[in-house]
Amino acid sequence: MDQVMPKGHFGQFGGQYVAETLMPALAELEGALDQAMADNSFREEFRALLADYVGRPTPLTLASRLSGELGINLYLKREDLCHTGAHKINNTLGQVLLAKRMGKKRIIAETGAGQHGVATATAAALMGFECIVYMGEEDVKRQAPNVERMHLLGAEVVPVTSGSRTLKDAMNEAIRQWVTHVDTTFYIIGSVAGPHPYPAMVREFQRVIGDETKAQCIAKLGKLPEAIIACIGGGSNAMGIFTAFLDDPVELVAVEAEGEGYDTGKHAAAIRAGKVGVLHGQKSYLLQDDDGQVIEAHSVSAGLDYPGVGPQVAYLAESGRLTVMSVTDDEALKAFHRLALAEGILPALESSHALAVIDQVAKRLKPGSDVVLNLSGRGDKDLATVLSIIEEGGGR
Amino acid sequence: MSRFETLKELVAGGGKLLVPFFTGCYPDGDTFVELLLAAQSAGADALEVGIPFSDPSADGPIIQAASQKTLEAGTTVDSIMACVKRARERGLALPLLYMTYYNPILHRGGEKFSREAIASGADGVLVVDLPPEEAEEFAPIARANGLDTIFLIAPTTPEERYPLVLSRCSGFLYVVSVTGVTGGKEAAVDTVGAMTGKLKDMTDLPVLAGFGVNNAASAKAISTAADGVIVGSAIMKLVGEAGPADAPAKVAAFIQGLRAALDG
Ligand SMILES: Cc1ncc(COP(=O)(O)O)c(C=O)c1O
Repeated sequence: MDQVMPKGHFGQFGGQYVAETLMPALAELEGALDQAMADNSFREEFRALLADYVGRPTPLTLASRLSGELGINLYLKREDLCHTGAHKINNTLGQVLLAKRMGKKRIIAETGAGQHGVATATAAALMGFECIVYMGEEDVKRQAPNVERMHLLGAEVVPVTSGSRTLKDAMNEAIRQWVTHVDTTFYIIGSVAGPHPYPAMVREFQRVIGDETKAQCIAKLGKLPEAIIACIGGGSNAMGIFTAFLDDPVELVAVEAEGEGYDTGKHAAAIRAGKVGVLHGQKSYLLQDDDGQVIEAHSVSAGLDYPGVGPQVAYLAESGRLTVMSVTDDEALKAFHRLALAEGILPALESSHALAVIDQVAKRLKPGSDVVLNLSGRGDKDLATVLSIIEEGGGR
Repeated sequence: MSRFETLKELVAGGGKLLVPFFTGCYPDGDTFVELLLAAQSAGADALEVGIPFSDPSADGPIIQAASQKTLEAGTTVDSIMACVKRARERGLALPLLYMTYYNPILHRGGEKFSREAIASGADGVLVVDLPPEEAEEFAPIARANGLDTIFLIAPTTPEERYPLVLSRCSGFLYVVSVTGVTGGKEAAVDTVGAMTGKLKDMTDLPVLAGFGVNNAASAKAISTAADGVIVGSAIMKLVGEAGPADAPAKVAAFIQGLRAALDG
């Protein structure tokens, strides 16, 4: 089911809200993408990289001790086992391959937590591209190990000092740099967000997660799962795993970051609390004030710390296809420790949000139901955050 | 009738148009009003007023900083419109457009924004991140309320797109003189000439060039290839450096210099 409607809209969401200078670049990208997707050699090159470089297919692991506690069968889709430790690499390899095909010389990207930055730097190194990553000055401080990883991979990391100095400002700066060097530069967006064709393109590069999950469920269970759970930053790991199941009778649960709590105003729950708005080239739900200025998001998880959400996620939420839930920082931290102790897996704080709703989801389902959780990344990158919270006496 | 109609006569008379840009209520509301009036006295032909957005992805460092500072000082769409109204009451007669990003308009509602913009004394609107494809809803609403809708043509815009842009555009056409953001690279007369050369036979709207027109010499050079120039970052830099007390006089002197260069 292709959800892209005319001009890259998903219902009222999506579109191409960019300066005129970029409109031809988006048209060029769209043309190149269509050609590449229709070209077997491109698809085969991408498939081979996913298999031999990323390590796909990733396993579908039964979380047996948690399943015992919950009275359901909880399966983890192990994107944490991808090279570089998260699903982000699926997308960056696809886009770098496309950049090569288009004859671009340099790669730019925005990053918040640094996961997308690392995945971009990795793909750029693999294919011999110059790579520049824009990162808010605040995040450069908060995510120092990922900055070092990007440096070691040969990328230049440019701290962004405008606005709130976080992910949204890094994206503004990447857009400015793209406008300025549009002929030579390929901009790799890290989620199913931005102007068309990015949301559809990133979804297509990530849908391998759900395609594999479906085949694995059929092989292991002989049936589809009752529910699938994923966390929502921009929505790439969620659309990655949901896309294969959109037309199936499977509950799709999308989990937003509620930060310090909905009532505090310090959260990243764009679907629940946002209004329809335009930012970074797309129309979608957006956290904003009474004058249409964007409000900073808050989450303990840097990868969910974004005031918007991808347009197709907004569309599926509005249409009722998704069950949208939200999880606070504290709940996510508890889930982090729970998975570590019960299954021997340190999940990314992003993925911990998805896990934190499992009791509620299990309660609604019949005992013995099968549930798949997208474990979008590993938690090693979050150790400093988690340890400092433990030191302050929280989160366990 | 929109005040922008007057520009056509000026162009027909052989004049080169000068349009300074001011970020709304920067450095403060009172100074902003003085700046608009000073620009009129110094020889501007029209004015562009920036309604700031928290995420100005088409702007360079100078206008970004001005936007952020004015927002931090509490500036809103309402407070900017109130200041423009005050300037009108004090004799501001030039055509004036609001330049902004789409979200503040969408949030307020296109209809309400357009009505209020007209009531404040504005004549046009330019929405940087609203290309003609996405303007199908807002542009007709703005026009029905009497606001001219100004659109951009960039160096990257293929000629095939010109008719689409022109079909939505009124008041004047804004030619982006560099591939980049405001206040970045220096405007290039060849780049502008390549666009205006093709546009000459396609429209009778005045064609103004902006982005990277930073001083009298570049204004003069660019004006040989266009009907006039829009000067933003250079003026906002001056405002930021001069401080509220001195900004109107300093900006007036700068605009007089641009005027002389264009007329000379
Ligand atoms: C491990 C992991 N999961 C999830 C996300 C959230 O992004 P998205 O919603 O696009 O999957 C991130 C973003 O950095 C991430 O690193």
